[in-house]
Amino acid sequence: MDFLIELGTYMLENSSELLALAGEHVMMVLYAIGFALLVGIPLGILAAKFKKAAPVILSLVNILQLIPSLAMLAILLIYFGLGNSTVVIGLFFYSLLPIVRNTYVGLKEVDASVTEAGRGIGMTPLQLLWKVEFPLSIPFLMAGLRVAAVIAVAVATIAPYIGGGGLGSEIVGGINLQNDVRLYAGAIPAAALAILADFLLGIFERKTKNRFAN
Amino acid sequence: MIQLKNVNKVYEDGFQALKNINLTFEEGKLNVLIGPSGCGKTTTMKLLNRLIDYTDGELTIDGKIISEIDPIELRRQMGYVIQSIGLFPHMTIYDNVATVPKLLKWDKAKTKDRVYELLNMVDLDPEVYCERYPNELSGGQQQRIGVIRALAAEPKIILMDEPFSALDPISREQLQDQLVQLQQEINKTIIFVTHDMDEAIKIADQIILMREGEVVQKGTPREILTNPKDDFVREFIGQERLEKAQGLPPMTAFVDANFPSVNVEKSVDDLIDVMVKHKKDQMPIVDNDDKYLGIVSLYDAVRKHDVVLRDLVNPDIIAYRETAEVEKFVASKDTIAPIVKEDETFIGVLDQDQLLAVLHDKIEPKSGVRS
Repeated sequence: MDFLIELGTYMLENSSELLALAGEHVMMVLYAIGFALLVGIPLGILAAKFKKAAPVILSLVNILQLIPSLAMLAILLIYFGLGNSTVVIGLFFYSLLPIVRNTYVGLKEVDASVTEAGRGIGMTPLQLLWKVEFPLSIPFLMAGLRVAAVIAVAVATIAPYIGGGGLGSEIVGGINLQNDVRLYAGAIPAAALAILADFLLGIFERKTKNRFAN
Repeated sequence: MIQLKNVNKVYEDGFQALKNINLTFEEGKLNVLIGPSGCGKTTTMKLLNRLIDYTDGELTIDGKIISEIDPIELRRQMGYVIQSIGLFPHMTIYDNVATVPKLLKWDKAKTKDRVYELLNMVDLDPEVYCERYPNELSGGQQQRIGVIRALAAEPKIILMDEPFSALDPISREQLQDQLVQLQQEINKTIIFVTHDMDEAIKIADQIILMREGEVVQKGTPREILTNPKDDFVREFIGQERLEKAQGLPPMTAFVDANFPSVNVEKSVDDLIDVMVKHKKDQMPIVDNDDKYLGIVSLYDAVRKHDVVLRDLVNPDIIAYRETAEVEKFVASKDTIAPIVKEDETFIGVLDQDQLLAVLHDKIEPKSGVRS
């Protein structure tokens, strides 16, 4: 009980600083996810459209996902130096797999009769992709985005090891100083962020499902 | 006009899907391609919008060789309706119907007028349905949208690949009726693929019956039904339909030979006895040589039973020759049809119950409702 009161007091006293750290945390995740969408969707489309490219692209993003997060960030540190941008690159790599894979699956799942109808009435391959196939794959993409966001929020907590910021600063600080209060003051908001991202994107995903699939 | 001359399709694995197809699809006619699965009917249809390309021969549309027409342009000038309907689930009904006009960059007002016109044509209220999504419609309604989506940009040619076969029987009948009705208004060249002979007979101007990549017989439904080319065609059409297609059988098929007759020399009382015994209210009268003379009704016999029988005979009710067509009796107002041989010898009377059963079979369609 005492601990909870202590934690509450600490978080209240440092609320503005914690808010800033949370903001920084969210920004790193947003940048990473944004880049991952920009790169991942075209990669997913390439994989879905060219049979030969599919195994190459999919195994590449799979391997990226398999590298332990600390090792990945350490390797990136060598090339990109300290700081938030290196963290963003790392998170970007982690977010690629769910986005590429789900774009790929989403496009593959489009009902063959719908694409045949599209072709039969005279859509060019690009029109078919843009007007029919991609919109219909959006619910899958949303599911991938949701997974990517939750992973990115979690992985971002180790950013301080390579000179980044975010809520990880409190956690790492707490570990180094053996200060439980600081550790929890970072961990609880980080966990809350992950849950929030999952929840909000879940609603969004259901909406797109109702809209684009039947 | 679409013409196929010696068209072949051989797949890479050596399978020959089409063998020397020679066909003409007349302008403004509803052509039905029919045959068992794997006969090449769908392949033939898909050659026309270049979803499949032929390997050798010549296919021309209005004199132009099809391989020289850009496939995208070609498809936009042709309607295409498929069995699985294939509406775009993420678009409203309006957007679905307007797909091709939008691809052709029609202006908005023109597109809207056209969509409303088409929805009205298939009895779907535009105000109600425009903003709905395909999954909010029944299967029959969805395929109506599928059909009008194909009609949207006023194509001259419409391809329909078993469009009604996935629907329930009632929707199917309705859509067939609607298509026949629609075709009378729009007069498109329609290529319709099906495996359902009843459907083909009902809607086709020309039926093309295929088997194993070859055209077996082509002609109007009547020609094919009355003059099937070989056993395969006969078997595919089915015995039942062939019989229905023939005219009504001659009188002999319906003779009730057990029907009594009475000699004109007998007394009226004897006649009444026979009539009561056989429960007949009309009785054919014959002379000593069994030649038919006329009919006496029970009413007349009872009313005037003090005269001789000969005076009661009504010769106005004529007898039919056994070789005569039943249609003659059906068209007359007589209530009894005595049947005689060439030499007027009485044989019997037309069995009306049996005739009624045959007529009923012919007139009643095989299944479902007819409007």
